Amino acid sequence: MSAAPPPRVVLVDDHGLFRSGVRAELGGQLEVVGEAEDVAPAIELITRVVPDVVLLDVHLPGGGGQAVITAVVRDLPQVRFLALSASDAPEDVIAVIRAGARGYVTKTISTADLADAIRRVADGDAVFSHRLAGFVLDAFASAPAAPDVRPSFDPELDQLTNREREVLRLIAQGYTYREIGRELFISAKTVESHVSSVLRKLQLSSRHQLTRWATERRLA
Amino acid sequence: MRNRGNGGPLRRDPDDRLGGGVAAGIGAWRGFSPTTVRIACVVAALITQGWAVPFYFIGWLLIPARSEPAVDEQPSIGARARHDSRGVALAIGLASFFAVFLLLAGVLNDGAIEIYGWPQVASVFCLTLIWRNARESERAAMRHLIQPLESLWTGGENMRRSTTLRLVASAVLLVAGLGWLLSLHGGTALLAPLGGFVLVAAALVLLFGPWWLRIARDLVLERQARARAEERADMAARVHDSVLQTLALIQRRAEDPAAVVQLARAQERELRSWLFEGRVAGDADAATLAEGVRRIQRDVEARHGVPVEVVTVGDCPLDDHLSALLAAAGEATVNAAKWSGASVISLFAEVEPDKVAVAVRDRGKGFDTDAVPADRRGVSESIRGRMARHGGEAVVQSVPGEGTKVTLTLPRAARPGGQAAAAEGKRR
Repeated sequence: MSAAPPPRVVLVDDHGLFRSGVRAELGGQLEVVGEAEDVAPAIELITRVVPDVVLLDVHLPGGGGQAVITAVVRDLPQVRFLALSASDAPEDVIAVIRAGARGYVTKTISTADLADAIRRVADGDAVFSHRLAGFVLDAFASAPAAPDVRPSFDPELDQLTNREREVLRLIAQGYTYREIGRELFISAKTVESHVSSVLRKLQLSSRHQLTRWATERRLA
Repeated sequence: MRNRGNGGPLRRDPDDRLGGGVAAGIGAWRGFSPTTVRIACVVAALITQGWAVPFYFIGWLLIPARSEPAVDEQPSIGARARHDSRGVALAIGLASFFAVFLLLAGVLNDGAIEIYGWPQVASVFCLTLIWRNARESERAAMRHLIQPLESLWTGGENMRRSTTLRLVASAVLLVAGLGWLLSLHGGTALLAPLGGFVLVAAALVLLFGPWWLRIARDLVLERQARARAEERADMAARVHDSVLQTLALIQRRAEDPAAVVQLARAQERELRSWLFEGRVAGDADAATLAEGVRRIQRDVEARHGVPVEVVTVGDCPLDDHLSALLAAAGEATVNAAKWSGASVISLFAEVEPDKVAVAVRDRGKGFDTDAVPADRRGVSESIRGRMARHGGEAVVQSVPGEGTKVTLTLPRAARPGGQAAAAEGKRR
């Protein structure tokens, strides 16, 4: 893995201070090939330099991070997105993930963890912060609205398996994949595949509950 | 009597005006909504056949505007008008001209114009004086009100043509309508009053419609602008009270990284709860499990300076059992902050249909669960004992050098109403 060239990264964030901070911190370990501060310049930059990973702020003035993903993802499926934000309303985070981001981390993340997360996203893995794990558990909460409705008719995409739920719970408690593997007697690779499968469900599920959940969050 | 109601003297309110702000002033003075007062004015004008109208203008003349200082020598328009001899002469002239017009109208027919017209002689008199003696700001507002009429003289080519057209059309309608109405006295047609009334109304709408629309639009715009300004002020106050203060504190304590982190986290938490949950910091007692968990986070971070990462899934209202669960969780979190030496503690709470689970975990020193020091055993027992008393369970796992995890679970189904509470919690 160390033989592979470092991932090429584009930073998209409307906060100039934050961009320069991340650039300075990551500069040694990754190749930062460009910065953008808004949706339109970001799309232009990404299509021009085609980076491996885009570090994308959830909140951007010109339409939010999801606008960037939606504009780019069809033409450049090889570009991967890692969402990050400081102020995370759950429905915004879920929206960015559903648009196609491969993970979500908070801005309070340490530099080492951020670099690690970017590498993992570049390798095609999903990166769930403890907070995202909480959001996902919340969104997929198993309790049906009426106690007598059995969810048996739900397609597989609409539900998390018990194992996936366990993995998410441990992520929410700050466990690393290796620690989770040890806790559940599975390999770290298996943990990773569970997380990727959750990500897939999150992105592909058309179940009403996700929408309903977001609406309720907004109304609450 | 003047000093009752809102506690202040009666003042017109030029900021909330339709005409002179008299209604708004009276409303504020006696504690009614301005709209109520306005409707009352219109009703009064109708049932008194117009005799109430001049009183509005007299009020305009005699009640000082709110913006005018009370110590002013001539606070009201009326007081100033007394010294305006030319204005008084002009007012008398216009009023008598109007009176002569009414006399002529009365000679030509015995109609309604007269009945409704006579009180307005006084109105014309008052309005003239108001126009001449109002302060510049109020004059500007009045000019703004009648501007569409002025456009007949000052507007551009197109504007003038359309206004002329409107005037001509409404004049025709007005004459036809009045003629129809007046012919009623001689004629017997049952439908005539209705038709005449419709024509007159159409004429009035055509003539004054754009003007009314504009007044309404201005009012709405003004109200929106005021709401926006208030919102901005609220935001600014909030940012000042919390964020700017914290930033100042952070600058002063820059040499103490732990304090800076603690300040920043406290501020982040407060701002987050305000932005996303609409709550103000320092609210009363926690009412739900998630609020209780955040309270633990707040207390431990403030008292022990160790960051607590909180994730909650679902929520439900608190009861005695859940409060006990929270107390045990708080105990475990404080223990972790005090003893583990970990740089961060994770606190995870999940509300499931059949149970509530809370996990407190740190990556600190850990300890040998079989050889717990006496003082630690006491605390651990208080967590276990408390959970057991409420039908729950506490599991403490710890590995020296790797950290500690305390898992607390409390079944919900055993309690009556648990299911309903679960559904409610989900919906929150």
